[in-house]
Amino acid sequence: MPDAALTNEPKSIVCDGNEAAAWAVSLAKPDMVAVYPITPQSSLVEYVSQFIADGKIDADLMDVEGEHSVMSVLHGACLAGARTYTATCGPGLYYMFEPYVRTPGMRLPIVMSVVTRDGLTPQSVWGGQQDAMMLRETGWIQIYCESVQEVLDSLIMAFRIAEHRDVMLPVNICHDGNYLSYGVTKVFLPEQEMVDDFLGDKDTNWHVALDPDRPMSVDPLTGGEGPGGPSTFVRYRQGHCAGMQNALRVITETHEEWERKFGRCYAPLIEEYRLDDADYAIVTIGSMSGAGKDAVDVAREQGQKVGLIRVKTFRPFPMEALRNTLTKVKAIGVVDRSVSFAWNCGPVFQEIQAALYQLKERIPAISFIGGLAGSDITGEHFARVIEATGNQLAGDMTESPVWLNENE
Amino acid sequence: MASKILAKAIVEEGQFALAIPSFGFERRGAPVTAFLRVDDKEIRTVTNIYNPDNIICIDPTISRAVDIFKGFRNGGIWVQATKKSLDNLDIPETVAKLGLCDAFGIALDIFNKPITNSIMLGAFAKTSGMVSLDSLKEGLTTANFRDAGLDQNMAAIERGYNETQVHQIN
Repeated sequence: MPDAALTNEPKSIVCDGNEAAAWAVSLAKPDMVAVYPITPQSSLVEYVSQFIADGKIDADLMDVEGEHSVMSVLHGACLAGARTYTATCGPGLYYMFEPYVRTPGMRLPIVMSVVTRDGLTPQSVWGGQQDAMMLRETGWIQIYCESVQEVLDSLIMAFRIAEHRDVMLPVNICHDGNYLSYGVTKVFLPEQEMVDDFLGDKDTNWHVALDPDRPMSVDPLTGGEGPGGPSTFVRYRQGHCAGMQNALRVITETHEEWERKFGRCYAPLIEEYRLDDADYAIVTIGSMSGAGKDAVDVAREQGQKVGLIRVKTFRPFPMEALRNTLTKVKAIGVVDRSVSFAWNCGPVFQEIQAALYQLKERIPAISFIGGLAGSDITGEHFARVIEATGNQLAGDMTESPVWLNENE
Repeated sequence: MASKILAKAIVEEGQFALAIPSFGFERRGAPVTAFLRVDDKEIRTVTNIYNPDNIICIDPTISRAVDIFKGFRNGGIWVQATKKSLDNLDIPETVAKLGLCDAFGIALDIFNKPITNSIMLGAFAKTSGMVSLDSLKEGLTTANFRDAGLDQNMAAIERGYNETQVHQIN
């Protein structure tokens, strides 16, 4: 299944997002990968398995009986000092949940791709970000990619972010099922030596370890009547929150270093597109953003002063960056690929409303929900989004949420 | 797989390509569609295609179940796997150029199975001129074929190219 040998080959290949992710894993040189396949992640772990079988990745592969075991295996490996990776989505992710939730509290720098898939139920095997959005309050870092190249680059950066001593937290790199997982295009492969230099030596268990030479209690009972009482538990939480806040700086620095070294520039937290002289903006996340940018270009040609804001880092929430960005516009429309059942809107919209509260002046906003269960968010959909968002400036308000694919 | 090989061939010729397979139901034999964009600059839009300029239909019978011409742009290119001749086909007015290839017959010859994918890539290259036979072969060599499978598919692309009848319609 792999396309070309890593060494002595041209620096670009044509592949889909799942294969690009596997190449990133190869370049990051993990010691342990545990897998259980599930659509639309399956081909990703098949590529990784093939790379390991071919000797291209010098890692142990554990093909276990389910996702709960996948994450448990990675816990043990990470505590023993290994660099670790896995990928999952949808129902597989739900099955993984118990050890998944333990991971950040133990401050284990595990990297995991979420190849996003819409939630249950009704049954669906297609793309959508409901699974990833379910992870909002688990304390993992969460980064959403726009393109296949960004999948590859972000996944390598994830190891450096996770293992940074000011962070020490697990990272999810999210790429949209169907559109990025199977979308085929040309990507550039970084040089192995440069990636080695960029990532440095693995550094996963200086703080917590399964090591007979330095015995320690891992994941101890705390709080309530337990040893250490509530204050120990509170210190865990404070440290975790501090690590998340540090991650904002580390993610930014890591992207800057990536650009210096590899020449590809990405906004680390919040991307601004044609925003400098914009009156209003649409907000996007993930693979829909490219079509959104093209739609903004079309609207600009028609005289609309519209821009685009892309949320790349969603956890930790880039409050300051977003606030600075939002002060540039007078109205927004937020497009989500998932649903917040509690708030009857999209989850990105809901969180941006919290950011809007911090602005001096209140600006109107609409929640759009589209692209559920593999449905598309096209240029035509974005034209509707842009029009309704702009109409708010003239006092013509639209009631949220707007379901973009409800008549398809 | 076919759209990936075509994307590789297009990139080989210095252009940008973005291919997205649209998955239907998870069973063998279910109708599937794949979309491919080509441009001379980087492609940002990652969506399906609703108004294609070109249609490659690799199944001789699928048009009984699916309207393959939905959204087809005027002046487009249609490449069809079929044994039928020009006179026995319903050709929409939107079609400007038509390539016909007995891909089923060639596939039975080469693979002993009705696998028409790589044959129809050859047929597309011949009909459209958008990509050369050499680039297609180059795209195939970096795809996941080895030994006999690679040789068979090389032959398939070549026969698809050579045995396609191209008709200027409008």
